[in-house]
Amino acid sequence: MNLTSSKKMLWASGAMLGGIAALLAYFGNPKNMAICVACFIRDTAGAMKFHQAEAVQYFRPEIVGFVAGAFLIALITKEYRSSAGSSPMIRFLLGVLMMIGSLVFLGCPLRMVIRMAAGDLNAYIALIGFVLGVATGSLALKKGFSLGRAYETKKSGGWVLPVILVGLLLLSVTTTLMASSESGPGSMRAPILLSLAGGLLFGAIAQKSRACFAGSVRDILLLKNFDLISVIGGFFVVMLIYNIATGGFHFSFSGQPVAHAQHIWNLLGMYVVGFAAVLAGGCPLRQLVLAGQGSSDSAITFLGMFVGAAVCHNFGLAAAAANAETNAPGGPAAAGKAAVLLCIVILLAIGFGIRKREDRQ
Amino acid sequence: MVEVDARGLSCPEPLMMAMEAVKKNPKEKIKILVSEPHQKMNVEKYAKSQGKKISVRQLGSEFELIVE
Repeated sequence: MNLTSSKKMLWASGAMLGGIAALLAYFGNPKNMAICVACFIRDTAGAMKFHQAEAVQYFRPEIVGFVAGAFLIALITKEYRSSAGSSPMIRFLLGVLMMIGSLVFLGCPLRMVIRMAAGDLNAYIALIGFVLGVATGSLALKKGFSLGRAYETKKSGGWVLPVILVGLLLLSVTTTLMASSESGPGSMRAPILLSLAGGLLFGAIAQKSRACFAGSVRDILLLKNFDLISVIGGFFVVMLIYNIATGGFHFSFSGQPVAHAQHIWNLLGMYVVGFAAVLAGGCPLRQLVLAGQGSSDSAITFLGMFVGAAVCHNFGLAAAAANAETNAPGGPAAAGKAAVLLCIVILLAIGFGIRKREDRQ
Repeated sequence: MVEVDARGLSCPEPLMMAMEAVKKNPKEKIKILVSEPHQKMNVEKYAKSQGKKISVRQLGSEFELIVE
C-alpha cells in the first residue's frame, strides 16, 4: 500500500498514527504525552539507570516498536538499506541538542502537537519557536549546509540497533535489571504487549508515510510542498477528537499536565529542536524510523538523544513541570536556560560555519 | 546532459539539487542519482508537477532518474 500516493492517504496515515497514540493514552500512557519520542527515550535511559530521576524511569516498548516496526516494513518492502558515514559525531551532537531543547519545553515535536490538540497554549508558543528553528535550519540548507554523503555499508550494520533494542526489551520484561518508576509519568503505562504492538504499527506507518514533524514545516518553507504536513494534520485532528471526547481538552496556559508556562523557554527550547532537526534531516521520530530502515547515522543521532536525556537529568537541565498544588511555576533552572542558549550558539556554528555543499553538478 | 549526484545525501538536499538543476537548465536533459526510495519518489513527484517527462532505473540499491 502506498501511503504517500495522495494527500488523502497522507491524512489517513496521520489519522492512524493519532489513533494509536490515543489508544495508548486511553490504556495507561500519560494522557498528553501518549507516545512522545523524547519523553520515552528519556524514560528508557532512566530505566537503564543512565539517570536517576525516579519519576521518569521505564523501559518503553514503544521506542523498540518505532525502530523495529520501521525495520520490518523496510525489509518487507525492500526499502531497507544499510548506510553510514555522513558526519556521525555532528549527528550525535545534534541528537544531544534535540533532547536538551525537548526537555526544556517538555516534549518532542510529536508531543507538541499532542499538547496543542489538548488545548495547551504553551505548545502554541512552542510551535512559534519550532517554526522559527526550522526556518533557520532551512536558511542554512539554502546557504549550502550539508553533513555530506552517507555510503552503503555491510547489510548487518542496520540490524544492530533494532536487535539490541529487542534484546533490552526482553531483559526488561524477564529480569529486574531495569529501574521502574512507582509514581510520576514513568509509572503511567499501557500494557506491554499493547505498547509494543502500537509502537511497531506506529513505526511502520511512519516509515511508509515518511512522517516527520520538522520535515513537514521545512517542506512548506523551502519547497512550498504540503504533503508531509497532511500527516501531521490527520494526527492532530484525531488527537483533538480524542481529547474532547475524553474531557482532556482544556484551553489554557496553566493546569496542563507535565508542562510549564515559561514562554520564552518553551519558545527557545523548541527553536533548538526545530533547528537541530532540520540540520539532522528529521525530527526525533524520523530519526528512529531512519535508524530502523538501516541508517547508522540516524542510529547515532538516537544515541545522542539517549545520552542527551541522561545529561539533562544528571545536570539539572530538564525543566520542572508546573505544580498547581504547591504553586511552583516550573520551567528550566539556570543551568537549563544556559544550556539552551549554548545549544543555539552551537547550532549557528554548525549550520552556518561548517563546510558548505560543494557544487556536484 | 546535466548530471546531479545526490547519492547518500540527507533530505531535502536531493530534491533541492534536482529543483535547482531543472530551474537552471529548463531545456536540457537531466540525470539525477539518488540512494533512497523516498528521495526517488520526491524527485519523481516534483518533475511531474513541472510537466516534465521522467524515467527511473534502479542501479543496484540506488536510482537513476532522467528528467526531460
